[in-house]
Amino acid sequence: MPENENYREIEITVFRYNPQDKTSKPEYQTYTLTETPGMTLYIALIQIWSKMDHDLSFDFVCRAGICGSCSMVVNGKPRLACKTRTSEFEDGKITLLPLPVFKHIKDLSVDTGNWMNEMSKNLESWIHTQEETDLSRIEKPVDPAVAEEVFELDRCIECGICLASCSTKVMREDFVGAVGLNRVARFQLDPHDQRTDEDFYELVGDENGVFGCMSLMGCEDHCPKNLPLQTKIAYMRRKMVKVK
Amino acid sequence: MKIIYTDALIVGGGLAGLRSAIAAREKGLDTIVLSMVPVKRSHSAAAQGGMQASLANTVMGEGDNEDVHFADTVKGSDWGCDQKVARMFVTTAPKAIRELAAWGVPWSRIGKGDHTVVINGKKETITEKDESYGLINARDFGGTKKWRTCYTSDATGHTMLYAVANEALRRDVEIHDKKEAISVIHDSGVCHGVIVRDLINGELSAYVARGTMIATGGYGRIYKQSTNAIICKGIGTAIALETGIVELGNMEAVQFHPTPIVPSGILLTEGCRGDGGVLRDKDGYRFMPDYEPEKKELASRDVVSRRMIEHIRKGKGVKSPYGDHLWLDISILGREHIEKNLRDVQDIAISFNGIDPADEGEKGWMPVLPMQHYSMGGIRVKPTGESTTMRGLFCAGEAACWDLHGFNRLGGNSVSEAVVSGMIVGEYFTQYCEETHLNTNTSVIEAHLQAQIDYLAEILERDGGLNIFDIKDEMRTIMQEKVGIFRNGDDLLDAVHQLEDLLKKTKEITVESKSMGNNPGLNEVYRVTKMLKLALCVAKGALQRTESRGAHYREDYPKRDDMHWLKRTITTWPDTADTLPTVHYEEIDILEMEMPPAFRGYGSKDSLIPNPLSAQREEEIEQIKKSLETVNRFTVQEALLDFALPGNLKHKNERVGVGYA
Repeated sequence: MPENENYREIEITVFRYNPQDKTSKPEYQTYTLTETPGMTLYIALIQIWSKMDHDLSFDFVCRAGICGSCSMVVNGKPRLACKTRTSEFEDGKITLLPLPVFKHIKDLSVDTGNWMNEMSKNLESWIHTQEETDLSRIEKPVDPAVAEEVFELDRCIECGICLASCSTKVMREDFVGAVGLNRVARFQLDPHDQRTDEDFYELVGDENGVFGCMSLMGCEDHCPKNLPLQTKIAYMRRKMVKVK
Repeated sequence: MKIIYTDALIVGGGLAGLRSAIAAREKGLDTIVLSMVPVKRSHSAAAQGGMQASLANTVMGEGDNEDVHFADTVKGSDWGCDQKVARMFVTTAPKAIRELAAWGVPWSRIGKGDHTVVINGKKETITEKDESYGLINARDFGGTKKWRTCYTSDATGHTMLYAVANEALRRDVEIHDKKEAISVIHDSGVCHGVIVRDLINGELSAYVARGTMIATGGYGRIYKQSTNAIICKGIGTAIALETGIVELGNMEAVQFHPTPIVPSGILLTEGCRGDGGVLRDKDGYRFMPDYEPEKKELASRDVVSRRMIEHIRKGKGVKSPYGDHLWLDISILGREHIEKNLRDVQDIAISFNGIDPADEGEKGWMPVLPMQHYSMGGIRVKPTGESTTMRGLFCAGEAACWDLHGFNRLGGNSVSEAVVSGMIVGEYFTQYCEETHLNTNTSVIEAHLQAQIDYLAEILERDGGLNIFDIKDEMRTIMQEKVGIFRNGDDLLDAVHQLEDLLKKTKEITVESKSMGNNPGLNEVYRVTKMLKLALCVAKGALQRTESRGAHYREDYPKRDDMHWLKRTITTWPDTADTLPTVHYEEIDILEMEMPPAFRGYGSKDSLIPNPLSAQREEEIEQIKKSLETVNRFTVQEALLDFALPGNLKHKNERVGVGYA
């Protein structure tokens, strides 16, 4: 019975598996708990962990939708768990699976860090310039509208949800995904970066890059930061088609 | 036995750690950064409102320079900071922001001509200079004389962290994430690295280096209500404490931010008030001007937080199932401004509370209550960032008591400190690593590793039946209720006793899973034990400090006491069998100050017990200034306080309209 008559009980079913442990077998485990007002999956999972099952693994850091740690599959859709409120599930039944695509660590925990670091390195996610910066001198001016445009794309939190929603990624293991294409578009726009479209073509001008995308746009549908992924992938594709 | 050798080892992958790693790689040192989480998920990413640097680009920042930033920082610290460090910081901050700009941080830039802004609840028009067009913009923040806080909407920490992390990747800094340092390897007062637990498979290994830096952030999670990410447990600080040698400074200096949202505790940036937002009570009344007629909502954070609680105690709070709260109203800024400059705030309010703060009137007001936000205390270091008592152990960022913030940090000075200390301390750390040869034998490393293996095995053998999660909850409640915004001797004494008791009780727990592998229950035991030690340092320091300074407020000793308490609290943990920290003090010398203690400008002037040395130093300063006659501000400054910076960091900073003056 719920502790407070006004509150309902909810059932959270979690995928359990520890690939490190040879005796572990993949299975579902269901926990029943009382839903409190404003409950998020962060609050629910912390409650399960601290009161019912100390061995449950999952990843939260900021619990505010800022850091991108807690992506998981919630009733079939990849989402940030910290921003998912339990009240939106009318039947009170929620099934949680780890994010696909990434290396599984245990239960709901996956390794996104190493993949994202590799992607960032492969796409050379930094400013390329011949100019030397004298830190004592007044900075280079930037058109405020351009700075805003770059910022818009810089908001990506590498949560991995775009990859988990991507059909191309299922077929092409080395596809850089919307996260990678958005990153390249971000530097292409940045006035500090002196790379040409030819340079960017070297990075994403193939089927693991901008020509791999089948435009199904699962990425844009699920992106928790509402990044303009469709527009930016199309923009990069137009730019890349013109190269050579 | 697994031993990994490197030149420069950095524990913590936030802004301070990564920027330091870049410094080390620039000199060609092999550099490893250890992090509990992927580095781009570090708590630096959560800094919203901005970074202070005295660029003076905007018309509202005109006249700003290092001296003004210095004065704000010293006042903000309630004269608790190290003024030499404050000078090092303000001189480097403009360079740090310009470096970040060159690395692509998309700072908000100044537009042409007229802009409408909200100041003191009213719309006003400001006109920017033509020569400032396209330069880095700044917003107003609490406790500052000028608009000095540079920003990228309200995701400043995020864009800074991504730029710095990508620059670190570019330089082949090795990043090992899902790794937790659980003990410091040291011998004869010299640090040789850390013992590390792999959070994926539980494996223990030794990371051995010429020099080691701890940059693991704050310890906010010892409190029940905190804006901090859940990884901010102070583990890096605690393992330094557990050496028995390393000193922690001012652990009782804990900042409470005025406007986390209720009940989740997620921060709503100071930029809300900086941009013109106001606080309201249950009657919709804007109460801050009554308490602080001059600075109003933009008084220093410690002041606003106390005034809010004071107002709630008068019965003016809004009742809710989560206790009383107040309202933050940014709807007066208009939807366009909110959706551009405060969009994460809007997203948070909608996602977690179902409130759109751009909705006009009451509908858009957000419930807020002061909660733990920042740890001014930390590992006590010299201005170079090296521990005062252990060679080869450096510390930067929030984990350190460098001591830039004294008893209260200014908003916008945290991410700023993180990158600036990454540049300064990172450079001194690099020099140390270059000059030092690895000089330890494997038996020392082996002994430290074995000690940790034995410790974890011993935890799994405990069978007292207590639950570590209950102990943690109790600790966090005690800290919240007895070591909070308003403190008093009786409660603090209780807190110390109760926390000591809890620390003893950790010996009587039972961990269900007996696995040495991936075992979140086991993690919690060693972490909570370390957190309890830090909590005891905070509580005991607060109990013994019989004055009120900055964020440390004693209802039984409401005055700042410069006669007896112009000193830094130093805590150590000499013996592992101890159940209480050892406390001593480090004097702060007024006669070496550039800016001797004075009235801070909040509340009444008699809330201060002055020290006659302040007047003596004032006199001296006047004499020095007179003897120099008419010279530039740099010559005066140098005559008052000498400070050094590595490399080019001491160069003058250029500003619009005034050049290098």
